[in-house]
Amino acid sequence: MSNETNARYSVGIDLGTTHCVLSYLDLDKARKDPTTEVEISVLAIPQLSQPGLIEEKKQLPSFIYRAHESELNQSDIALPWNAEQQVIAGSIARQLGSKTPIRLVSSAKSWLCHSGVDRHANFLPIGSPEEISKLSPLTATIEYLDHLRQAWNHQFPDNPLNEQDVTITIPASFDPAARELTADAASNMNFQHLTLLEEPQAAVYNWIQACGDNWREQVSTGDIILVVDVGGGTCDLSLIAVSEEEGNLTLNRIAVGDHILLGGDNMDLALAYRVKAKLATEGKELQPWQIQAIVQACRDAKEQLLLDNDINEIPIAIPSRGSKLLGNTLRTSLTRNEVSETLVEGFFPNVSIDQHPVAARRSALSQKGLPYAQDPAISRHLASFLSRQVDAADDVFGNLSSGNEAKSFIKPSAILFNGGVLKSPVLADRMLSIINQWLSDENVKPARLLSDADLDLGVSIGASYYGYVKQGQGVRIRGGLASTYYVGIESAMPAIPGMEAPIEALCIAPFGMEEGSEAKASETEFGLIVGEPVHFRFFGSNIRRHDEAGVQLDYWPEGELEELPELQATLPSEGRRIGEVVPVHLVAKVTEIGTLKLEAIAVTSSDKNSEAERWQIELDVRD
Amino acid sequence: MNIDLSSMPSTIDMFHLILTILALLCFILLLKKPKNISNTSPQIEEKIPEVEQAVIEKTVQLKEATPDAALQLLTLLQQDARFIDFVKEDLSTYSDADIGAAARVVHEGSQKTLETYFTLAAVRNEDEETRISLPKGFNAAEVRLTGNVVGEAPFNGTLIHKGWKVSEVKLPKIAEGHDTSIIAPAEVEL
Repeated sequence: MSNETNARYSVGIDLGTTHCVLSYLDLDKARKDPTTEVEISVLAIPQLSQPGLIEEKKQLPSFIYRAHESELNQSDIALPWNAEQQVIAGSIARQLGSKTPIRLVSSAKSWLCHSGVDRHANFLPIGSPEEISKLSPLTATIEYLDHLRQAWNHQFPDNPLNEQDVTITIPASFDPAARELTADAASNMNFQHLTLLEEPQAAVYNWIQACGDNWREQVSTGDIILVVDVGGGTCDLSLIAVSEEEGNLTLNRIAVGDHILLGGDNMDLALAYRVKAKLATEGKELQPWQIQAIVQACRDAKEQLLLDNDINEIPIAIPSRGSKLLGNTLRTSLTRNEVSETLVEGFFPNVSIDQHPVAARRSALSQKGLPYAQDPAISRHLASFLSRQVDAADDVFGNLSSGNEAKSFIKPSAILFNGGVLKSPVLADRMLSIINQWLSDENVKPARLLSDADLDLGVSIGASYYGYVKQGQGVRIRGGLASTYYVGIESAMPAIPGMEAPIEALCIAPFGMEEGSEAKASETEFGLIVGEPVHFRFFGSNIRRHDEAGVQLDYWPEGELEELPELQATLPSEGRRIGEVVPVHLVAKVTEIGTLKLEAIAVTSSDKNSEAERWQIELDVRD
Repeated sequence: MNIDLSSMPSTIDMFHLILTILALLCFILLLKKPKNISNTSPQIEEKIPEVEQAVIEKTVQLKEATPDAALQLLTLLQQDARFIDFVKEDLSTYSDADIGAAARVVHEGSQKTLETYFTLAAVRNEDEETRISLPKGFNAAEVRLTGNVVGEAPFNGTLIHKGWKVSEVKLPKIAEGHDTSIIAPAEVEL
């Protein structure tokens, strides 16, 4: 499918949990000379590095600092495009926030996909005093986009960002509401051509782009590519099957993993606490600011110790905060052993394929907080993912196994790494050797590593390349919906005291549903009450891939369906009596942007054009 | 003395050929050098008061070193490397171990600052303490001759220090109205 736009640039935006990156590709140039290799650049984003100093960096840290009115002079926070800057984002925010955490907004992206909170509500920074003006996860996302937009428009005044072909990346595990919210944030920028792309897919596009035409020699039909993306805050998994159609290799995204809040930041913290414990045994108590400094120092030291070299120990010196530097400097060190015990064994333990994360996936939280993964072992999460997706490739390849042998997990034949954490050769090697151990236990050939270019900037570069691919150049990954979606229907059964009424699940959007298509969920009618919000329970499954729209399940094995935040539909009372019940059908649509839209269609009434009346169903209910 | 101007060499020997090429190379290098600097360090250039272009006989216009860029560098070094704190300390009362611990902070931070804002390279790539030869017309700004400086080029001597040059400066830009004289603000914890 070619999707011709007249935009000059294809822009890829990686809205990361800890960093944002923007890259761009000149489509005009590529159109004029389709034979040359495309050229992708990364925007140097002007941002304050400290009050009054503006630096250009390829990454914009995803942090916002809510400064006190008397904290900074207006002239010290001016940006090239705005002398009266209100929002302080980027390097300076992270730097100021390290000393005043109560005013620091961070991890907005993780909140954006946290269904337990109202994502439109202003509550960030979380837990800070009342007088600090708060932002919602949505507004924070808008602010990061706005900074990128201004930086772009400053550099390309003749080609404003909203007229370009923009691709924003999101985790593959984002639920429909989080996707919708990201699109919402982008709609504030008035983008004319917007697409959402899953990050692991962007990583694959980056790899294709880096290989040039060579990529066809590195994979062949029957390959299953496992994409492991471990960023600063999240761990994102996807499987891509390589098949052949009319002599051409095609790529199919066949499965995505659960949303796992586990990343590089957890690792730095783990190391810092290890150092803290070591100092405690020496009788040295640390203050909070010292822990902050140790986290930073550990991050630097870790990078050295995780390289393939002979360094066994890196000294860590934390200076006092006062101007007296000598005598008050705290000294300790980080050894290769400690790093390897904490990170390699802690986050990438050698486990067998049947060892899955131990803790419950969602526990009742008494306090508002992010649902961080309770099991830090990425290898266990991966084992669980591969086991759950055991038959994910069957639709693409047909069931190849002879049937007798029970398959225990899906066997990837190629691995693509992405994200800053896997830049470290020690961790990447460990990850690869664990997977290959699983494969060799089953007498399967080891998977090979597809080498990627830049693991930090790759997602954004891949996204801008995708904008070019969309114009009809090169191979496109087939994806569609990564889950099957259901609404809950309470079954008509006499109420039994102390027991919840059993619920049935009606499939409304099948797995793999493509952009621009629509599915109607059978003839099942729902009653909407005019003037009153009606709630639906909403479920998703990234394992059940054969349920067609309209299928009604009265039973499913534990864990196959995951409950998502409930849906809400409100019928305006115009022309109707409040309290009246209108029978509707449910229809699901996947928009061109890549978001899921649910609509209720009236069964009997029609509007002036004698089309059935339609109402939008909200994916993200505001409390 | 009798100089026969008509006796031009009819063939160019090897020595003269090399000499010509070297002279040309030096000439090109000389031409390129000032251009290079103005291209790569626009931030600095902006702050330098314009130097009169016209060459006035005998009087030489001196460039005023801009304090903003210098103060900014001090800010960065203090911020990342605690440079001012370190230099302002009286070292005499401390043990080498204490000084060593502090030196790590200063060294790590300074290294970060240098790597972030400057692209540094050696002027000469030969090993120090080896013999090198300087052709005629070498750049006297890049190479300093010392010791027994007599005779004509090519000069043969021992490379004592390989030299440093900055090929790129990427200092942060300074916001209008920012007071650069505050190298480090006083910090008050509430």
